[in-house]
Amino acid sequence: MRRFTLPLSEEDRTSLVCGENILLSGVLYTARDAAHQRLVRAIDLQEILPIELKDAVIYYAGPSPTAPGEVIGSIGPTTAGRMDSFMPKMVEAGLRVTIGKGARNLSAKEAMKKAGAVYLGAIGGAGARYATCVKSVSIVAYEDLQSEAIRRLEVVDFPVTVIIDATGKDRYGDFVMAGG
Amino acid sequence: MREIDVRIIAAFAKQELGKLAFEYPKDIAKSLKEAYLSERDAGAKDILGVLIENEGIACSRSIPLCQDTGMVVFFLKLGQDVHLVHGDIKDVLDQAVKDSYQEKYLRKSVVGDPLFERKNTLDNAPSVLHVELVPGESVELEIMTKGFGSENMSRVVMLTPADGIEGVKKAILETVRIAAPNACLPMILGIGIGGTMEKAALMAKHACLRTIGESHPEERYADLEKELFETINRSGYGPQGLGGDTTCLNVAIETYPTHIAGLPLAINVGCHVSRHSKGVF
Repeated sequence: MRRFTLPLSEEDRTSLVCGENILLSGVLYTARDAAHQRLVRAIDLQEILPIELKDAVIYYAGPSPTAPGEVIGSIGPTTAGRMDSFMPKMVEAGLRVTIGKGARNLSAKEAMKKAGAVYLGAIGGAGARYATCVKSVSIVAYEDLQSEAIRRLEVVDFPVTVIIDATGKDRYGDFVMAGG
Repeated sequence: MREIDVRIIAAFAKQELGKLAFEYPKDIAKSLKEAYLSERDAGAKDILGVLIENEGIACSRSIPLCQDTGMVVFFLKLGQDVHLVHGDIKDVLDQAVKDSYQEKYLRKSVVGDPLFERKNTLDNAPSVLHVELVPGESVELEIMTKGFGSENMSRVVMLTPADGIEGVKKAILETVRIAAPNACLPMILGIGIGGTMEKAALMAKHACLRTIGESHPEERYADLEKELFETINRSGYGPQGLGGDTTCLNVAIETYPTHIAGLPLAINVGCHVSRHSKGVF
């Protein structure tokens, strides 16, 4: 299994093959529904974003609260499809790597393919397992959103599967959700 | 007339809510282990192995199995000869939710207004409480903490009588197909057939609580459950929708008489975690 250090170089990113299992070490940023609404509003208003999207790996996740003595709570992936409508603008703003669960819709896939972006899959429901990969966590933006705040996670050997590679090849094939 | 102290019911709810986030219900744990042993697809077997490993970590370190610790749904069967005393049942159950989610470091996933502010209530309340009046002088409380990755994949379809059993099967299989990548498979399928629109939805939700291995009391519906279970698991969607033999852990159907003009069908999709518990008072 190949191991990668984040941020992913263009060479590493384009070397990923659909279906491949890999391990990631470095920094991930969590962002889900509410944070995406704010990020895209900031992009529309040409404001400075709280994270640099160009080198960022966004993990669609919102952890449970951290218990005493732990680094973080449960932190599995949430459904990536809910972030699809934001994807064209996020990719245009520089985002190239996302992690989540489930399939992406056609407009998100087209935006990703044009830019050579990749989408990586984590196992939905395995939140305690992923918590063991997290070595540190801090909130970097939108703290008022609670579990939906943007968090900076340092992870070691975080396991993911390449669902959509830089050529647009999709592990879920031509899956289309009702309503696209 | 028997008096029951609502605080006893609420204490049970709090205790169970505190446990549900950290371990699979017994029937789910057994079913996942069996699936792991019989799964023929190597990738699927790996995923099922991770799900079993995940429970080990969740139990030993008190980290929730899944970060989505759900919105709480209660089904209360209230004997009509019972007088509930010492409090408002909805209030004490919501307080049990608030206390357990705070004390056990569970995620607060409820927003107050669904459309405009969508502001987190910060305590995971309110719960959703369904009360059914039944004969007798006991109370039964069923608890479910429902995650929304699977809830979002659920649906109600108002079929027509002409659609018949083939229409029912088609709608269920299409729901499974759409849910496959997103609903944290292997899934639990609760199905409500008949009644009215909301009755079908309630039956589908309640069917998700059925213990794996039990079936509909009527043989022809039990056969339909078995047929759907086998068809769905032959589909090849597999864990996480990434291929394999293990797509579904259970199919449970509930039924009710309906109108001459209708065939309501509700399909509630549950993820593999399917946290649920029951107490009788």
